Amino acid sequence: MFLQQLITGISIGGIYALLATGYSLIYSLLDFSNWAHGEFAMLGAYVAIVFANMVGVPFLIAAVLGVCGAALISFFCEKVVYRHIRSTGAPNMFLMIGAMGMSTIFQQVANLVFTGQYRSFKFKLPVNTIEIAGAYLGVLDLISLVLTAVILVFLMYLINKTKFGLNVRAIACNAYAARVLGVRVDRSIASVFLLAGSLAGVAGILYGMKYNVFPTMGNIGLKAFVASVVGGLGSVPGAIVGSLLLGVLETFVSGYVSSSLRDFFSFALLIVLLLVKPSGLFGVDVQDKA
Amino acid sequence: MIEFFNNINTGICSFLHINSYIQGVVVLLCINIIAILGMAVLTGFTRLFSFGNAGFMAIGAYTAAILIVRHNVNFLIAMVIGAAFAGFIAFLLGSLTLKLKGDYFLITCLGFGECVRVLFNYFKKLTGGSAGFPGIPNYSSMVFAVICAILAFFVAWRFIHSKFGRNLTSIRENELAAEAVGINAFRYKRLSFTFSAVYAGWAGALYAGYMMYIVPTNFALNKSIELITTTVIGGLGSLTGSVLGAMLVTLLPEVFRSLSNYRMLIYGFAVVLIIMFRPNGLYGYKEFSLKRTIAWFKKLFGGSAKAGKEEA
Repeated sequence: MFLQQLITGISIGGIYALLATGYSLIYSLLDFSNWAHGEFAMLGAYVAIVFANMVGVPFLIAAVLGVCGAALISFFCEKVVYRHIRSTGAPNMFLMIGAMGMSTIFQQVANLVFTGQYRSFKFKLPVNTIEIAGAYLGVLDLISLVLTAVILVFLMYLINKTKFGLNVRAIACNAYAARVLGVRVDRSIASVFLLAGSLAGVAGILYGMKYNVFPTMGNIGLKAFVASVVGGLGSVPGAIVGSLLLGVLETFVSGYVSSSLRDFFSFALLIVLLLVKPSGLFGVDVQDKA
Repeated sequence: MIEFFNNINTGICSFLHINSYIQGVVVLLCINIIAILGMAVLTGFTRLFSFGNAGFMAIGAYTAAILIVRHNVNFLIAMVIGAAFAGFIAFLLGSLTLKLKGDYFLITCLGFGECVRVLFNYFKKLTGGSAGFPGIPNYSSMVFAVICAILAFFVAWRFIHSKFGRNLTSIRENELAAEAVGINAFRYKRLSFTFSAVYAGWAGALYAGYMMYIVPTNFALNKSIELITTTVIGGLGSLTGSVLGAMLVTLLPEVFRSLSNYRMLIYGFAVVLIIMFRPNGLYGYKEFSLKRTIAWFKKLFGGSAKAGKEEA
């Protein structure tokens, strides 16, 4: 039972992590929380549903198309909206309000186009379980766990070892200095949005496979946001740790305490943690710039 | 006491031929105005974001409702207690969380709002849980709501144009500089947070009296987002702008009933477009003034009249 809960928790935490790293990446570059991020996951899942169920493309291709769709939507948001707001020199808070507006738009569009109906993939999902050491583990959970782990390792490699990652870290450190030293800031930011969008797409499709696809499923973005705050805004490893923590906590609270108090515990954890450690587990101390 | 106001209300409404539908819209408008005035003080004048104001509305609504229904308290006193209790909770929460910077503060507010909702759902004995809390007498008559809204606006106006309000504005413009000239930023932020929560609680108590039946989902995160959205549309830093925003957001959906499916979509577009092209909101930092409006009209018509003359 314990092991089973733990694995389920980690697998949900993995889905959160895919989203939370997106929040962190964007926060580290632009200092704002991209509220529309959860909606990218939702839209990615819908693109995949459209291709898999209506067009009839094989599931894997549909999933890839879904991921691409999410990435493109994220990219489009940056190109059209965020870049424009940045260029007016408005405070970062306005980016966040803009993102909130985008999130409302996407959610409503999905609601109008696809109605509020719960949809699931027609693809036959592996629903059987395997027994390891007395615990029954869903094959789907394991697949999502392994896939998430691979993607996250790849992401860490991308950020820590490649030229692209170096650019991103330079911009996060000081965008102006990076620009002076020849980093193409706008282009790097756009690629980060592509990357974050595709991660969100993967998260959305995995979530849609596990549960259903519905217009308000972008609300898992909220949980992922909480996770990235727990880990410390702007820190990618922090976001991963925070997500796993949150996923495991949620599963254990639903399993052992009460499922209706689940959200209470995750938000209470958040508030208490921030009171003890005001910038999250791995966050950098936020200071006013004089 | 309730009868007293309701009788006055019936008298005035039958005298002015106002039907019950319009009365309902006006009450809803007044409730929104009160809640949004609270947001305007917090967001527009202090630049703090709260995603928890729906939580404070819930606290005000449930406190007032429980006092009236279970303990037979006079509704005026219950409303004051509801608002004060919301303010008290905000004071405590603010004491803990206002030292956090930027988005960290925001997320604790969000967490608080969600916690309130989940707890109200959970404690079924006290609040009726997700089945709702029925049987609240209808005390939010139109006249009473209008009196409340005018009082709320008057108080907020005096507050913003007092020493406190100026200190809040200075914190908005530059917190570090404000502290350097001797303003205790933390205490003033807490004051502003408490003020907005009192207003939210007040609006919530009125809402309970208007709906006569409340459920925790009335006060979910979406309500907080709607409040922030309206404040942004109205103008960050203008009380009259916020009232205008509240009017637009409440009255336009009533006028365009057929478009009600697209209501939130239009809000979303309005927010994004306003943030992109008019970042200070419809009114920006200006307050509505009769003088300026007349001057503006004069310029509009006078300008064209002059141009006409020159052509002739």
